[in-house]
Amino acid sequence: MTIMEKAGPEQTGATGTAPLLEVRDLHVEFHTRDGVAKAVNGVNYSVNAGETLAVLGESGSGKSVTAQAVMGILDMPPGRIPKGEIFFRGQDMLKMSAEERRKIRGQKIAMIFQDALSALNPVLSVGYQLGEMFRVHQGLSKKDAKAKAIELMDRVRIPAAKERVGDYPHQFSGGMRQRIMIAMAMALEPDLIIADEPTTALDVTVQAQVMELLAELQREMHMGLILITHDLGVVADVADKIAVMYAGRIVETAPVHEIYKAPAHPYTKGLLDSIPRLDQKGQELYAIKGLPPNLLRIPSGCAFNPRCPMAQDVCRTDVPPLAAVSDTRASACHFWKETLDG
Amino acid sequence: MAEAILEVRDLVKHFPLTQGIIVKKQIGAVKAVDGVSFDLYRGETLGIVGESGCGKSTVAKLLMNLERATSGQVLYKGEDITRLSGKALKAVRRNIQMVFQDPYTSLNPRMTVGDIIGEPFEIHPEVAPKGDRRRKVQDLLDVVGLNPEYINRYPHQFSGGQRQRIGIARGLALNPEIIICDEPVSALDVSVQAQVINLMGRLQKEFDLSYMFIAHDLSIVRHISDRVGVMYLGKMVEIGDDEQIYEHPTHPYTQALLSAVPVPDPESREHRERIILTGDVPSPANPPSGCRFRTRCWKAQDKCATETPLLAIPERFKNVDSPAAHESACHFAEEKDVVGAA
Ligand SMILES: Nc1ncnc2c1ncn2[C@@H]1O[C@H](COP(=O)(O)OP(=O)(O)O)[C@@H](O)[C@H]1O
Ligand SMILES: Nc1ncnc2c1ncn2[C@@H]1O[C@H](COP(=O)(O)OP(=O)(O)O)[C@@H](O)[C@H]1O
Ligand SMILES: [Mg+2]
Ligand SMILES: [Mg+2]
Repeated sequence: MTIMEKAGPEQTGATGTAPLLEVRDLHVEFHTRDGVAKAVNGVNYSVNAGETLAVLGESGSGKSVTAQAVMGILDMPPGRIPKGEIFFRGQDMLKMSAEERRKIRGQKIAMIFQDALSALNPVLSVGYQLGEMFRVHQGLSKKDAKAKAIELMDRVRIPAAKERVGDYPHQFSGGMRQRIMIAMAMALEPDLIIADEPTTALDVTVQAQVMELLAELQREMHMGLILITHDLGVVADVADKIAVMYAGRIVETAPVHEIYKAPAHPYTKGLLDSIPRLDQKGQELYAIKGLPPNLLRIPSGCAFNPRCPMAQDVCRTDVPPLAAVSDTRASACHFWKETLDG
Repeated sequence: MAEAILEVRDLVKHFPLTQGIIVKKQIGAVKAVDGVSFDLYRGETLGIVGESGCGKSTVAKLLMNLERATSGQVLYKGEDITRLSGKALKAVRRNIQMVFQDPYTSLNPRMTVGDIIGEPFEIHPEVAPKGDRRRKVQDLLDVVGLNPEYINRYPHQFSGGQRQRIGIARGLALNPEIIICDEPVSALDVSVQAQVINLMGRLQKEFDLSYMFIAHDLSIVRHISDRVGVMYLGKMVEIGDDEQIYEHPTHPYTQALLSAVPVPDPESREHRERIILTGDVPSPANPPSGCRFRTRCWKAQDKCATETPLLAIPERFKNVDSPAAHESACHFAEEKDVVGAA
């Protein structure tokens, strides 16, 4: 059984039985000239209202592609979803009509991208783009939409919103542009926000400002948040639970406090061990050997086996299922017990 | 007292801001580097941190004489390299090499790895006579942990981490004494970062190298640096050994920067004091008078607008035997409890 999230304690909470979003056994592949790239190979995760799920993984592990599938913005073709379900409030979005999905996108689920500059239209003013949300979705007049845009800019603390509503994206700093992206995502008060590396391109001081703003708005509006990142520091700061991805699969999921104390997958352990520690100054850092696999040629068995210090024969032949470690944790490792103890 | 291999004195670089297409008129200047002084000691690693745009890369280029200084000096073994040209400059350059951030754009895609690494020998044939080059390049590949048989491959056939190793091999080709590393691991994934950092540490010992290491990841800088300098808007605001800077910072900017770094330990979430700076970094074309940080500083007084604080050991710490007694450019330098980067 690979769906451990069912056992999560949050599901018994006041919000009802179904999680806000649940991805089950999702597969995504890309048909390229060189062959079929298996970018997502059976992803399972879920998030509840008011909860922050961090999706952690190195570049190329399939974090963004999974998010694009959830948002319904995957390029198809070359992309294809051969298998999987994506439940939003209990309804499988992959079975919905294009019209039904369109209604969810933006209004119920919104997305924030890493690169705000390319996500915004360079030739339209920021106020126009924010106002558009209200004109299109709520039929507001131009004047009312502009007022709403100013209100939103205030809310994400852009100084002098009234004076700057007519400015263009390039006239704002990177941090301010990311605030505009957040404002855009928040505009229709969605239930779920997917933030794909929202602060990766920003300096730490700006990152701190943006993350604080995001967390505050999430609390106020009781939204679910999926935060995609490769930064173990950011995860520790804001996440309730975490899903670690490797080669298109979730290799471990757990509440954030538990995973930092005792990881149950050698890949997670390797990532945590490679953080520089004070008592190791001047010594070599722990480094996971080798490189992430080519998605056209994912190793048989466990995809991590060529890099894994614990690999045995079974790891080269059998794909380890994402198996329950406890009520709230799961690991896709044949030797999760040994990893947890070691 | 350690021996200074590079002495940087009052270094200034202003980029002219011009208007007009046919007749260019100077209307101002970007004060990218505006009076920076520090020493680089033989065999040490000096880390340089600060937000993007503060002038780190410009300092690096000035030290390499890739940009001409507006004023100030860079003394290499007592000789001012900013005034050198022709043969004399070429001789000095052999000893100061650079490794760049982006392993994707800094390598010529149409040259083989052998040609890329061997290119410095074209300019300095005295280091490796023609017949000897192939072997030398293969030695270098071996030194940086790449298969010497890869000599005829092209950059696109390598991963990001491997390309950075190629960049390092090229940097080592002329047996330099100093390597300036401008964000050498910023573009790499966590697991690969550790491999490259370890390689650089080994090379430093083996070849007795002095490093200036520019990075925005404060925990990596701490791990490898003997001393750390903090830059803000074209100025060096604080410099000291790693313990002085990370455990006993006295400049408010350093304190804010360190407090913004997310700590990869969820247990620390509750009991951390965060200094969230407001607003953006001012434009280097029009920096604030006096202390440049004053517009964002919670301690600023009238004096900060009129008197530029010098980078020196603050008066109050002059005769104190404390790690707080290090150079800090603040009129009101004092310690403050912040949980800094791990
Ligand atoms: N449109 C596409 N066509 C072909 N391959 C793609 C496309 N989009 C993504 N991929 C591939 O899918 C894999 C996963 O990508 P992605 O989800 O963006 O990784 P991450 O966000 O974890 O860095 C990558 O190898 C990427 O090259
Ligand atoms: N060739 C150039 N012409 C004009 N301005 C420049 C040039 N190079 C850098 N700058 C400006 O100088 C400042 C410092 O840049 P840089 O040294 O690259 O900062 P950092 O490396 O710390 O991010 C920035 O404002 C940048 O825009
Ligand atoms: Mg991505
Ligand atoms: Mg730079």
